Amino acid sequence: MSSTAIPQPDSVDANAPLLEVRAIAKRFGARDVLKDISLNIAAGEFLTLLGESGSGKTTLLRLIAGFEQPTSGEIWMSGERLDTLPPYKRRVNTVFQNYALFPHLNVRDNVAYGLRVQGAPKNEIPTRVAEALNMVKMAEFADARPSRLSGGQQQRVALARALVNRPQLLLLDEPLSALDANLRKQMQSELKSLQREIGITFLFVTHDQEEAMVLSDRIALLRDGALEQVASPREIYAHPATAYTAQFIGQTNLLRGEIRRSIATCGVLRWPLEEADGPAVFSLRPETIRLCPDGKRQVNEVKFRASVRQQIYSGATELLEVDCGADQLLRVRLPACGLITGEHDFVFSIPDAIRVAD
Amino acid sequence: MYSRAYKTIVSAPPLLWVGLFLLLPYALMFAHSFWAVQDGTIVHHWNLDNYQKLLSNPLYVDVLFRTMRIAGSVMLCSLLLGYPLAYYLSFHSGARKELLYQLVIVPLWVSYLVRGYAWKTILGSEGVLNGLLQYAHVTHAPVSFLLYSPFAVVLMLTHIYTPFVFLPIYASLEHIPRPLVEASQDLGASPASTFFRVILPLSMPGLLAGATFAFVLSLGDFLAPLLVGGSSGTMIANIVQTLFGAVYDWPLGAAISVCILLITLSLLFFTQRLEKRWSFK
Repeated sequence: MSSTAIPQPDSVDANAPLLEVRAIAKRFGARDVLKDISLNIAAGEFLTLLGESGSGKTTLLRLIAGFEQPTSGEIWMSGERLDTLPPYKRRVNTVFQNYALFPHLNVRDNVAYGLRVQGAPKNEIPTRVAEALNMVKMAEFADARPSRLSGGQQQRVALARALVNRPQLLLLDEPLSALDANLRKQMQSELKSLQREIGITFLFVTHDQEEAMVLSDRIALLRDGALEQVASPREIYAHPATAYTAQFIGQTNLLRGEIRRSIATCGVLRWPLEEADGPAVFSLRPETIRLCPDGKRQVNEVKFRASVRQQIYSGATELLEVDCGADQLLRVRLPACGLITGEHDFVFSIPDAIRVAD
Repeated sequence: MYSRAYKTIVSAPPLLWVGLFLLLPYALMFAHSFWAVQDGTIVHHWNLDNYQKLLSNPLYVDVLFRTMRIAGSVMLCSLLLGYPLAYYLSFHSGARKELLYQLVIVPLWVSYLVRGYAWKTILGSEGVLNGLLQYAHVTHAPVSFLLYSPFAVVLMLTHIYTPFVFLPIYASLEHIPRPLVEASQDLGASPASTFFRVILPLSMPGLLAGATFAFVLSLGDFLAPLLVGGSSGTMIANIVQTLFGAVYDWPLGAAISVCILLITLSLLFFTQRLEKRWSFK
């Protein structure tokens, strides 16, 4: 689906996949929530389902957990059919969006719940519960009721309650969305290092593309119930397959134009491109455009003159909105450089204009 | 902030109501229970004879225990009917939920008396049930124990109070966040295990409220035993009624009433503490 210009750093296809989603479709009434989804997850991988609300990401998670039945298709895990099993027979555990801790049980009993109902040896339970609580740094709260805990603490207990069962696959349904920004950043890095440490496969659902970039080995981008692109964060950012992906992951300039006789033309911008004639869309990341103080361009670069319309300072970088004439606006991200006004020369390398499907 | 005058005006009617129609009658009842009847009139001689009479006469004690047995049976039967009904409606009825809910509530609109007479018609020796039993050749003569027995009283009261038990249970089941049920299954609990470990404990406040309704309302009932109870189904409220009416021994009737009130109050106190233990807000 995506181009293969950059070799993938992960070892995803080395082993047989842990989870196989085979041509899954889900219909609620007349609405197709999921359309023909096929997706493999490798053991030990951190895969994120990313998408807007209503894209079907939570539904896919619920199908894997067993709370919904697929309309068609199959789900397999470790060579076993999963979608025909009731949720309590699947070696899958979930961290719920609002934690869903049992209000009538204290932290220790919440964490012990899975072990008790599955009949783990009685003498083993206290040790494993203590281990799990230590792992999420909540040992001192073992006797507290969930209602006495903050959101972040409840989050940790929910994680411990799921992980204590040593699931083959952990599902996380927007687990950080209820936390405030600073705590969310902190939990992201803790979650990532925890996942590396214990080596359990994580399937993470979020609508936050930054979160997906930070956490994931691979991102599966969903759009209207279909997979738009599945790739590593680097790959999906550097080589978005579609205009939608390019816009959803990070910021970009979408250039609409055409190719004729090996020349690409998008508004005032023109550059040579050896591709078949026809309409074309390119994604040009703001940070790939540079100032060109001496007015000289290298081979393989496109130079254009534009006037600065707006400048937004954000610490290390500045975002400019520039007008290259004929109302064609481009966003340019520069290292912090002080106030810029008036007309300037800008350049970008031709390979940085990534051709994407519309 | 509200002015003092406003607060006084707003709180006056309920205070007056409670004072006039609740506290005053209770005070009168309490006072009466320490008075006596001489030559057909009530005299204000303070004494404990009424309570002594009440405790030494096996008739009153027996009827009091029978009343509690009947109230307990009604409570148990209406819980056994009301809980599964509420559970089914809350968790498994899907799109028919609203309709079924209304069907449970509708009997509450029918007069208590009408439903009492209906049971008389059903259970009597010439009644519907006996007719059916004989038609089906299960019995050859009318079965008499159906009507005018504690059984008939329990049956009728269960029929009447099951919706009262259903309502608080249904409300507490509706308040259980569904993700908790999913979390339980996700952690490996079977549906039965989920019920006993999550749903039942979290519905305890409703269950206790329903049980209290059924028990307390049955404890003071006098129409059901009057209509379908017969002499073996007499309850304590019937005795009180007779003492206040035909027998004209208000002091003894008041003493029995005080006893029932004490039982009810201690029960309410007890269930309230239990309810607090089982609520997790």
